[in-house]
Order: sequence, then C-alpha cells, then structure tokens
Amino acid sequence: MNMKFSLVLKRILKYTKPHRMYIALALIFAVGSVILGLFVPVLTGNAIDHIVEKGNVDFEAVMIIIIKMIIIILMSALFQWLLSYCTNCLAFKTVRDIRADAHQKLNNAPLSAIDPMSRGDVVGRMINDAEQISTGLLQGFTQLFTGVVTIVSTIVFMLFTNVWLALVVILLTPLSFFTASTISKKIHSRFIKQAQIQGELTGFAEEMIGNQKTVKAFCYEESAQRRFDEINQRLNKAGVMAQFSAAISNPTTRFVNACVYAAVGIVGSFLALGGGLSIGHLSMFLSYAHQYTKPFNEISGVITELQSAFAGAERVFEIIDTEQLEDESAKPELSDVDGDMEIENVSFSYNPKISLIENFNLSVKSGQRVAIVGPTGCGKTTFINLLMRFYETCGGNISVDSQNIKSVTRDSLRRNFGMVLQETWVFTGSVRENLAFAKPDATDEEIVAAAKMAHAHSFIRKLPEGYDTLISEDGEEISQGQKQLLCIARLMLLMPPMLILDEATSSIDTRTEQRIQRAFAKIMKGKTSFVVAHRLSTVRNADIILVMNKGKIIEQGNHEELMNKGGFYANLYESQFER
Amino acid sequence: MFKLYRNLKYYKLQVIIGPVCKLIEAVFELIVPLVMADIIDNGIKAGDTGYILSKGLLMIGLGAAGLCFALVCQYCGSVASMGVGTRIRHDLFEKISSFSHAELDRIGAPSLITRITNDINNVQWSVAMFIRLVIRAPFLVIGSIVMSMMIDLKLSLIFLIIAPLVSFALYMIMSRSVPFYKAIQRKLERISLVTREGLTGVRVIRAFCGQKDFAGDFEKANNEHAQTAVRSAKITSLLNPMTTVILNLGIAAVIWFGGLRVDAGSLSQGQIIAFANYMTQISLALVVVANLIVTFTKASTSAARINEVMDMHSSIEDGNIAASSTASDGRTAKISFENVSFAYPGSKEYAIEDLNVEIMPGETIGIIGATGSGKSTLINLIPRFYDTNKGRVLVDGTDVRDYELKTLRKKIGIVPQKAVLFSGTIADNLRWRKNDADINEIKKACDIAQASEFVEAMPNGFDSRVLQGGRNFSGGQRQRLAIARALVGRPEILILDDSMSALDYATDSKLRHALRTETEGMTTVIISQRTASIRHCEKIIVLDDARVMAIGRHDELLKDCEVYKEIYEVETR
Repeated sequence: MNMKFSLVLKRILKYTKPHRMYIALALIFAVGSVILGLFVPVLTGNAIDHIVEKGNVDFEAVMIIIIKMIIIILMSALFQWLLSYCTNCLAFKTVRDIRADAHQKLNNAPLSAIDPMSRGDVVGRMINDAEQISTGLLQGFTQLFTGVVTIVSTIVFMLFTNVWLALVVILLTPLSFFTASTISKKIHSRFIKQAQIQGELTGFAEEMIGNQKTVKAFCYEESAQRRFDEINQRLNKAGVMAQFSAAISNPTTRFVNACVYAAVGIVGSFLALGGGLSIGHLSMFLSYAHQYTKPFNEISGVITELQSAFAGAERVFEIIDTEQLEDESAKPELSDVDGDMEIENVSFSYNPKISLIENFNLSVKSGQRVAIVGPTGCGKTTFINLLMRFYETCGGNISVDSQNIKSVTRDSLRRNFGMVLQETWVFTGSVRENLAFAKPDATDEEIVAAAKMAHAHSFIRKLPEGYDTLISEDGEEISQGQKQLLCIARLMLLMPPMLILDEATSSIDTRTEQRIQRAFAKIMKGKTSFVVAHRLSTVRNADIILVMNKGKIIEQGNHEELMNKGGFYANLYESQFER
Repeated sequence: MFKLYRNLKYYKLQVIIGPVCKLIEAVFELIVPLVMADIIDNGIKAGDTGYILSKGLLMIGLGAAGLCFALVCQYCGSVASMGVGTRIRHDLFEKISSFSHAELDRIGAPSLITRITNDINNVQWSVAMFIRLVIRAPFLVIGSIVMSMMIDLKLSLIFLIIAPLVSFALYMIMSRSVPFYKAIQRKLERISLVTREGLTGVRVIRAFCGQKDFAGDFEKANNEHAQTAVRSAKITSLLNPMTTVILNLGIAAVIWFGGLRVDAGSLSQGQIIAFANYMTQISLALVVVANLIVTFTKASTSAARINEVMDMHSSIEDGNIAASSTASDGRTAKISFENVSFAYPGSKEYAIEDLNVEIMPGETIGIIGATGSGKSTLINLIPRFYDTNKGRVLVDGTDVRDYELKTLRKKIGIVPQKAVLFSGTIADNLRWRKNDADINEIKKACDIAQASEFVEAMPNGFDSRVLQGGRNFSGGQRQRLAIARALVGRPEILILDDSMSALDYATDSKLRHALRTETEGMTTVIISQRTASIRHCEKIIVLDDARVMAIGRHDELLKDCEVYKEIYEVETR
C-alpha cells in the first residue's frame, strides 16, 4: 500500500476513536459468531456419526446434539446481529463526525478560500464522497473482522489436524495477498479519476439545473445537454475502467483459491498414499481449505469498497484541510462602540499581481454618514469586505474607536455592524425564521415591528401562511424586491451601532424605498454608517461622500463641496438628468 | 425500476453473455468437488500418482477457465451498468431541460441534483449486481433443491417449508426497511440543502455572526441522518442472522427426520451428509439473494425518485409554429396581452389580473410599480415561462401557446433580475443566445452594454475565466455582461428585468443611450424602479397590486397618475 493510502486510513481511524467501544464490541461479536458458526459443521458431523444405518440410530444422543446445535445457532445469530449493528453505528457515527468536522472547517475558512470553490463540488463531497466512506467502513469492519477471525480460527483447526498440509495452505496464502494488493493499487488511481469526473458532472448539473430558468430563457437546453453528455461520456469511460478493475479482484482471488484447493488435493492425496493421512481427514481438510480461502475472497471484495471509500475520504479531507481562520479566542471583544473609524494607508489585492486598493485613507467621526459612489468595479464592495474582515487588508490599519479591527474578534466586530447587501439571501424556511436569523430569541412582537419598519409587514401578511410561509432562494413565493425588504427587516431587528448598506434598496421601488430611507434615517441617527448607492438622492445628504475609481478615492467631501469642485462627482450627478 | 431497466435493451449482448459466463463459472465450480471425489475414489484407492496429478491439473485448468469466463462477465457488467447509468443521466437531464418553471419550482433544484447524481448511481450499481449475480444465485438454490428431491422426495419437504419461511422473513425485513431508505435519502437532501445555502449565504451569515446557528442546523440534519441510518440498520442487520437461523434449523430438522428415515432403512448415512451440504449451499446462495434484494430495494427507491421526474410532464406543451413566417408587418402588435390573469401555482391571489396591453414593433415600453406588484410576472408570460390562467399573450399576432418554444424564445433576449453567469470564458457566456456568434458580434453587444471597457482591460480579454455564478465579477459587471449576452444575435424583443440596478448613473445613462440608438427596430421592455430609466419610453405601464394603474407617456403620466408623479418627485427632489 502506498503512503497516501495509509495516511488516509490513519485519518479515518482517527475519526473512529470516539467510537472505539463499537470497534471492541464488534471484534468480540465477530469472534463469537464465527467460532460458534464453525462448531455447527462439527456438531453436524457428530450427529451423523450417531445415525449409522437401519435400526442403528441413537436418537437420545442425536436429540442432545440437536439441542446444543439450536442453542449455538441462536447465539451465533444474535452475535451476528450485534456485530452488524455495532459496525453500522460505528460507520454512520464516524461519517457523521467527519461531515460535521468538514462543515465546521468550511464555516471557519476565510472567504478567500471559499469564494473560488465550486458549490456543487463541495456539496458533492459532503454528500456522495462521505457516503462512500460509510459504505466502505461498514463493509470493511463487518467483512474484514469476520474474515480475519475465520482465517485465524481455521488455521488453528487445520494445524491440529495435520501440520504439513496446513503449512501448504498457509504458505500459499501470500499469493492471495500479493494479487489482492497489486490489483488494489491499480484500482485506487482509477477510482480517483472516476470520483473527479463525477465531481465535475455534479458541479455542472448543479450549475445548469440550479439556474435552469436562465438556461430556458436562452434556449440553451441543447448546448447544456451537449456539454452534459460530453462529461457523461467521460464518466462512462472512466467508470467502466474503474468498475472493471474493481471487479477483476474477485474472480482473481477465486482463481488463487482454486489453486490452493487443488494443491491441497494433490499434496493431501500423496500424503494419503504414504499413509500419513486418512481419507476422512483429507475431505475435512478440503472443506476447511474452502472455509479458509473464502474470507480472502470477501476481503478482496472489501478492498474495492475501501478503495472508493478512500478516494471519497481524500476528497472530503481536502475540505477539512481548507485554510482556517486564525484562532481569536484570546482576543478581546469589541463592545460599547461609539463609531469613530480611522482608515490609514490601507492596501489590498485579491491577486498579488494586480493591486486593487492602494493607499486608502479615511477618518470618520462617530455618527457620520459616509456615502461611497463610483463606477461599478471601482472597489466599493472590496472596501466593505475589508471593513467586515471578510478579507484581511494587505497593508495599513483599520481601527474602530482607536482599536485595530484585527486586534478584536471578528464576530464582535461584525456584531457591531449591520449589513444589507445588494444580493439578497434567504434560506429555505419560514419568513419568521428568516427574519429572526440573527436573533433567534426575538419575540413575535419584535419581529413584526422590524417587518413594519422595513415595510415588509403588509406583503408578509398577504402570503398564504403569513409569517409561517415557507420561502426559498429560488422559489417564486416572493419577489426579488420583497426578498430585499426581508433582508432589511433582518437588520431592523438587530439595531447595531454601525451600518453598511451596499445597494440595499436596489430592487425596491422608489416609493417604498423612500419610506425605508426614512426608517433608515431614524435608526441611523447617531450611528456611523456606510452607504453604497447609485441613486444620488440617497447620497446627497451624507456627511462625507467618497468618490472611488479604480481602487482609489478620487474625491472626498460633502455634496456642496463636490458640486462646486465640478469634478467626477458633479459629472455623475448631472448625468442623471441628461436626456 | 423496470422502466429504467428498459435501457438494458441497448446492451443485449452484455446482458446475455454476462450471466451465461457467470453460469459457466458456477458450473465449473460445482464440478471441482466431483473431480476431487474422483481423485479420492480412483486415484488414492488405486495408488495411481499419474492420475492424481492429471486430475489435479484439471482442477487448476477449470479454475483458470472459470477465471476467464468470470472476467468476461465482470466486463459485461461494467459496460452495461455504466452504459445504462449514462443513458439514464442523459434522459433525466433532457427531461429536466424540458420542464417549465412550474415544475422546477415544484421539485426544486437541489432535489433534482441529488436525483441526477446519487439516485442514478444506485440504479447503476444495481444493474452491475443484476448481471453478475442474478443468474448464479438462483441457479445454485434451484439446483440444490432439485438434487435433494432426487435423493429423497419426502425429506425434501423440509426444503419446501424452509424456502417460503426464508422468503417471508426476507419480505418482512424488506418491507420495513424501504421507508427507512426513503427517510435516509430525504435527510441526505436536507444536509445538502443546508450545505449549499450556507455556501451561497456565506457573507450574510458571517455578517450576522450566524455561523453557530447555521452549524446548528447542519448538526441537526447530520445527526438525524445518522440516527435514521442506525435505526434502519437495526432492522436490515437482521437479514443475515435470520436467514442463517432458519437454514441451520433446517439442517437440524434434516438430521432428526433423516435419522428417522435412516432408522427405517430408506436413506443412507452418506445421503444425509449430501442433504446437509445442499442446505448449506442454499444458505450461501440465499444470503447472496438477500443482499441482492437490499441493493435492489435501495435502487428501486432511487428508481422511483428518478421516475417521478421522468413521469412529470411540462405543464407547457410545445406549439408547432416553428418557421419565422410570422414576421411582423409593422401593423400587428409585436406583443399583446388580452385580458390576461395569472396566479402562481398554489397561490390564492392573482399576481397579474385582467391585463390588456399592446406593444407595437420597435416600441420601447417601460414598466414601473411597487415591489410585488407583478412586474417580473408580467414579463415571465412573454417567453411563456408560465401559462396564463385567463386570457392570452400574443407575439406577432400569434398566441404564444401556438409557437414552438424554441422559435418563441429565440425571438427574445432576456436579462433576468439576478444576473447569473456560468463557469467558462466570457466569450462562452456571451454565446449563449447564438453559439456561432463571431467575435465582432460579441464585441458589438458589449459596446452597447458598456462592458467592452472592463472586459478588454482584463489580461485575457474575452477569454478570461468566469467562475461559477460569475463570482469573480462585481454586481455591475455581471449585469452588463448579462445585458450583452441578451443582445448577441439581435433578438426581436429585448426584455430588461430591472437589470441596471447595480449600475451607476453615468454607466446607466450611457447604456440607455446606446440601447436607444443601436437597437433600431428592436422591441424593448424595460422594468425599472427609476423613472429616469424609462422616461423616454413610448409607453409606460404603471402597475399596482397586480393591476394596471395607468398607461401613457412620461409627460402624460406626470399629469394623470398620482403614483407616478410621486415617484418622479422623490427622485428629482
């Protein structure tokens, strides 16, 4: 087995540790059920010895043996069931832990690691690949355990019967092992390839089916089908190869077993000719040889399962190995914020080669309203990413109440900001759950009050189930603008000391927006706020207007100052009245 | 399930050769003990070493031949099962493509995605098992029963009692575990939903420090899945022990009643051994059968989920007008709504009520109205994403229901509210409407959409990579690319669903200017929240609560429509 293989195995085993109990129990039950199972043929043989011929049957002895048999049968079955139950618990609980860990790691990964991930691929890993692990563990533990126990106990039985013949069998087994491991190495790489293409297919299906409405609008169905078929064909090819190479191992080990059986037959016959072995013993040996090689057969089957389990595990572990955010448990919390902000010499780039924000300086007093305007792609959203510490600055400092935001915990920083983004996000759940998302203990009154403030109450009331209506991101239950109202209501429920509104009302009609603006104005009083907007009517009343272009602040001041200056902002402002 | 298995007809060769080869291998396996018996009876008793050696080599030969046949079978199984899987995947994807919005809303994308991946994989695996084991196992069971009947008909009655008992046990366990498989599948879907939503909403979740709650949701789904799986395991784990118990009790019965028969002189000692052996053989085969059944049960729940989708039909039936013979003559309205009412499936209230509008060729129409007043719904009816409940929608004087969907939708370039881009290059994305568009057409569309500047500034220009969903572009860039995408191939009708909301005023006004001057003859429908974006339109529709409140030109509405006037004043104040 190669290095990677054993590394993956080690990691999986690490996850089974909390469930060691099940492993121990499974082992005991495996031993119990196999050994008891081996006794059944022995008892059968004994019973048959008492049934000799017509008129010569010892019914009393037979009865006793049969009673023994029944007890052993029942106990062995009970052990078998417990073994299976324990391995199931082990497999599912281990995979549950692996999934939980992967999810937790995702949760704690920086956005710079999450943004480039394909969602379909991540979901595929969390679901399909993790399922593979549980299947592998299940088969691995049940069949591997019973297999090993069967092998060991048969060896003991054989050694007791005839040492020489037993040695023939034992010496030939490495042959089985050798073939199994050679094949398994081959299979592993094939499975990885299959898993990769499967991931690609899932990603593509996710993208196309998830955005099926756009696909329809463009009559792109045929092209999508063509591209899907192309991946599907590749999956077919890789799958046939992977499946076939996995399927080779079973007949191959069966062939090796046949050779062992034949060897026992030939050597045993010669021993019998020399008088060293009775024919009865030879036939018993043959059945044990069969008994002995059968588990090898099973084990080789298990190995293929394990192969795909390991391939799956590798992909899940890649998620678990995602870069993690630095631990902040030692940092102080940011609390009782006044809202003074100082931004000094900040620089940032997503790609080290292309710098985006350079030399950014800004000073905001508590309670001031900062508006950010500029052409799309000028760095407004990036600036907000930095404020919220979604991304970390590459140089310079941002401080709140003269505390560097990197010196406090991310969560406490974010809790002091309320943010509404242009891109709405609702999750599958009721309207109420969506609103109370950031404040699970909110009372119904609070929720309704927040909804009223965001002017969402009236439409929510009209929904079929009111606040209990189920909504989802791509459902048609509510419109895009209404989703935005919900996002605003979410914020109204929290009332944090600082606000970030990134095009928060872009999908809302002007009249409703106007009312929401008034609501915002009310809650913004005395709070530091950052507003990104295109409607300059929203921007006009800001204390500071930042005009950004290509990552730099090109103008800064209030509306009058900037209009008098007659620069970029003034042009922008005039353009909305152009014919 | 059988419906899906019909796909096997493309693999007749494999379906026949596979099991036959497996059967030959099984026969060889059954012959080996007989050869061994020959060695014992003739070789050893006669002391013939040559005989022993030659028979021994025969056994190895049989093994080797068996290996060859088995490999052929395994190969057939792989080809056929992957082939069937590939075909079902193709069909299912095609089916999903044929759905209208109503069906997509009903099942939901996440569930569809699980079906096209997991569920198909289950069915695929069952096909492999089918080809590899379906003949071998029953062959061994029936063979053993027939052999035992030939030895002693009366004693073989035990087999006839045992076999139904085993089947009954199998049935009981299966019927109880099927609901569990379904439940497990649902829990898995829940895990995938939570994972997916956690990824899409990652910014919002973190902004609200909601990671813990979300992790809680995930944990709950994850735990429930494990619990259900373990509970189901309690039952399914009974399978093997139950069958072995029944069969071993059968062996005990064979010994007891066999003893009676021997005592009466109608059976020999050796024959009892044979009987017991056959019983073991059956037990081994039945275990295989039981596992086969598990595979098939799992596969059949999956198959049912696939068939549920396959059996759904698009509520929108394709019309048959395919030719562009309906080219407008300039007098027929390009788009007209006649008494149209529409409610979303499951909703009690109309989203559009009693709508009457005519849009002439080349006109530019603006639609404005409060959030939720039915603006997006209205335009969803033009490309027939949904069918009206009452009234009809006409394009070029023909009911949209009479068009072949492709013909209808090819006339239309639509820019959805949520500008979604797809992974690939920028040029790939822009070729969505017309896959053979040349670079000049694309450039022209980008010029109008004000996208050329930033695209050309990128290191690879039109060949720059777009990540899934277009995450590596800003909102405004995405919107402009989405507009350009709709313009490529010059659609007859252009629909902009509030698709300039992320653009700043300067870009917005340049874009509107370009649209006005560069799209001569194109009928344009613009939804907007700002009067500034639609004030130049020939007609403006003001919607309020699913109904038309007013239709007119900008200056007319300023005089007659209070709501419009109010919106305008707010903007210019």
